[in-house]
Amino acid sequence: MTLFDVMDILDAKLLVGRKLLNTKVDTAFSADLLSDVLAYARPGSVLLTGLTNPQVVRTASVLDIAAIVIVRGKIPPAETLRLAEELEIPIMATHYILFESSGRLYRHGIVGCIQKVGADEIVAL
Amino acid sequence: MQYENSYPVKGGDFKEAGKVAVLVKMALKKMGVAPEILRRAAIAAYESEVNIISYARMGTIRLQVRDDHIRIDVEDEGPGIEDIELAMRPGYSTATELIRELGFGAGMGLVNIKSCSDEFEITSEVNQGTKLRILFRIPETG
Ligand SMILES: Nc1ncnc2c1ncn2[C@@H]1O[C@H](COP(=O)(O)OP(=O)(O)O)[C@@H](O)[C@H]1O
Ligand SMILES: [Mg+2]
Repeated sequence: MTLFDVMDILDAKLLVGRKLLNTKVDTAFSADLLSDVLAYARPGSVLLTGLTNPQVVRTASVLDIAAIVIVRGKIPPAETLRLAEELEIPIMATHYILFESSGRLYRHGIVGCIQKVGADEIVAL
Repeated sequence: MQYENSYPVKGGDFKEAGKVAVLVKMALKKMGVAPEILRRAAIAAYESEVNIISYARMGTIRLQVRDDHIRIDVEDEGPGIEDIELAMRPGYSTATELIRELGFGAGMGLVNIKSCSDEFEITSEVNQGTKLRILFRIPETG
């Protein structure tokens, strides 16, 4: 599907990146932890998150993420949007919670950019 | 291919976090480094940068690019790490609430830097600082 479809499925509002809405996507990663995003998200994926700081955009840029979906109805601060414009990362905002957003995309064929994290990498504390 | 740059990082400067990582990525992209390699290097730079900001007073991230490798040297002035083995353990963290609010501080930074890289060395002196030497090999093409 395209980012257009993602917007449609999540009833999302586009905040940055109108020109990039034809980008094709078929995988996603959901997290509120940027360390996990940096460790596990894959290029070309959609990133679903409740974080709204500029660090999300920088993380997406470093990883070549196709678009950021901000969940739970949060509106990112102006500096985040400005940075997204500058680094050309589309951002959309949805009122759905993270679980619901992920589920709705999954139902339409978007799958996780990875399925599992290797057994020896599972945090055992 | 020959490129060198040095990026200063200020401790406590949370809102700047990730800036150096993006600059590293842009520099490597301009050099024509393969996306898979430059991504790993930028990820390592990001976690290194966040660690300086989170734990040290100040530091630098030095980027060196050669035909067959990328080298990132991270050096900071700060408290140092007493038990490196413990610090390297996935999930171990002394991060403050401020760091967690940013989306970091899950104790996965150093492990991820190591797993992204082809060679990784960490040395630290308590009350002085910490050094990382991170290497990425560029395979010959053609
Ligand atoms: N540059 C540094 N100076 C001092 N302590 C550090 C530094 N980098 C890491 N540490 C220590 O090692 C721990 C683990 O670091 P890391 O793996 O990056 O996870 P996190 O930063 O999420 O806690 C930190 O919580 C901190 O106690
Ligand atoms: Mg860290």
